[in-house]
Amino acid sequence: MSTSAVARGFADPVHDSQKVFRRALDAMAHPGRIAQLGTHIEPPAPLFATSASLLLALADYETCVWLDDTLAEVPAIAEFVRFHTGTRLTRARREAEFAVIAEPEHMPPLTAFASGTPEYPDRSTTLIIQVETLANRGWQFTGPGIRECASFSAAPLPPDFPEQLAANRARFPLGVDLIFTTQTEIAALPRTCRIVEAA
Amino acid sequence: MSDAASYNFAYLDEQTKRMIRRALLKAVAIPGYQVPFASREMPMPYGWGTGGVQVTASVLGADDTLKVIDQGSDDTTNAVSIRKFFERTAGIATTTHTSEATVIQTRHRIPEAPLGEGQILVYQVPIPEPLRFLEPRETETRRLHALEDYGLMHVKLYEDIARHGHIATTYAYPVKVDGRYIMDPSPTPKFDNPKMDMCPALQLFGAGREKRIYALPPYTKVVSLDFEDHPFEPTKFDRGCALCGSEGIYLDEVVTDDRGGRMFVCSDTDYCESRRAEATEGGHALHEVPR
Ligand SMILES: [Zn+2]
Repeated sequence: MSTSAVARGFADPVHDSQKVFRRALDAMAHPGRIAQLGTHIEPPAPLFATSASLLLALADYETCVWLDDTLAEVPAIAEFVRFHTGTRLTRARREAEFAVIAEPEHMPPLTAFASGTPEYPDRSTTLIIQVETLANRGWQFTGPGIRECASFSAAPLPPDFPEQLAANRARFPLGVDLIFTTQTEIAALPRTCRIVEAA
Repeated sequence: MSDAASYNFAYLDEQTKRMIRRALLKAVAIPGYQVPFASREMPMPYGWGTGGVQVTASVLGADDTLKVIDQGSDDTTNAVSIRKFFERTAGIATTTHTSEATVIQTRHRIPEAPLGEGQILVYQVPIPEPLRFLEPRETETRRLHALEDYGLMHVKLYEDIARHGHIATTYAYPVKVDGRYIMDPSPTPKFDNPKMDMCPALQLFGAGREKRIYALPPYTKVVSLDFEDHPFEPTKFDRGCALCGSEGIYLDEVVTDDRGGRMFVCSDTDYCESRRAEATEGGHALHEVPR
């Protein structure tokens, strides 16, 4: 593989990784809060620059990443991710620390990913779900990180997604954590989120 | 790759930071649960808060302003060393003012000034497992947390009441996080426990020797364990600070001379200095130091 064929990664890996991590930490600490995630990297489509930034900041040879079929079909994406992170790509969803989903309306159920064990609930998958829109309206959430109530929705998603979120919360402390991305934004719904109203 | 000079920004290598960052995201998603991490050797002894230092190093960015306190003070050897360590390895700005800091590393205290959204409080934790003194085996304490079997802890607190007539624990007083995990708030005095509840700042806990990271997201319910007939009571002081006059804050007893003279002053040095500065600006006389 020639390195020139692979799209560029972070211009300044140390500081770019830190900035992306802090955005992710902030998103996880404030469920449903939508933040800009500016980035100059240009990964092969349809992998968003935001999603790619998260992988570059958080994945490495100690992790396993699962890509959905839409992403896995593009060899340049696998090359890009492997080249810049050294991570292993897996086809086994339950092995993955991170899963990236480019076709959310047909995504596997949340229960198809690792949800940890009662002794080690952290041994779970973090899903990076690429969507077209994020909005502070629609579903209502309460829980840690939310002062009173947070309105948040993402689209497109499977029609039963609110029920899946409720079931994910009901398994707490087991469960998966979700990071939604658009081309320019991120928002998170950690497993602590309680959905109080589906709109 | 970027220039070699910044490769070890904040001392830790990028691989270690990524591992700690992954653990931090999990810790925030499972509040009060202790996430294992592969703690690294740091250029300071364990008692100096290597867990907190590793968390701070993984969180800090070039734009951050760091404050470091030890028992409420910015001026102890420990606090000064850690502050200098990050000035040297990360080139970041530091402060002693709570309101100016974006990241605050602490041992034993939560600042008196209310923390705000966007601030991160990093605790140095010696013993992260609240059940450890009741059950030495890690496999067993993990099982108890998994089963939410916290009977042992209630028995311990109840024995306190039987022996002393009240719950005698005043430091590391156990809390329940969002109705699920029992957590050790590190050796902070129980006076500070109520500040953890629904705090707008993000609270991160690092234990270096024990290799554990845990967290309280902002606005998380944190309840000090108690009994209906023996409710939790935070420590109250029956006087104000001898230097600034503030009441309802945590006081340290300090020796003022070699004849046994003593006085009670704010443990939070920045808070005390700010109150005194305000009093001076306002034209009020400072409280006399008793002799
Ligand atoms: Zn004072």
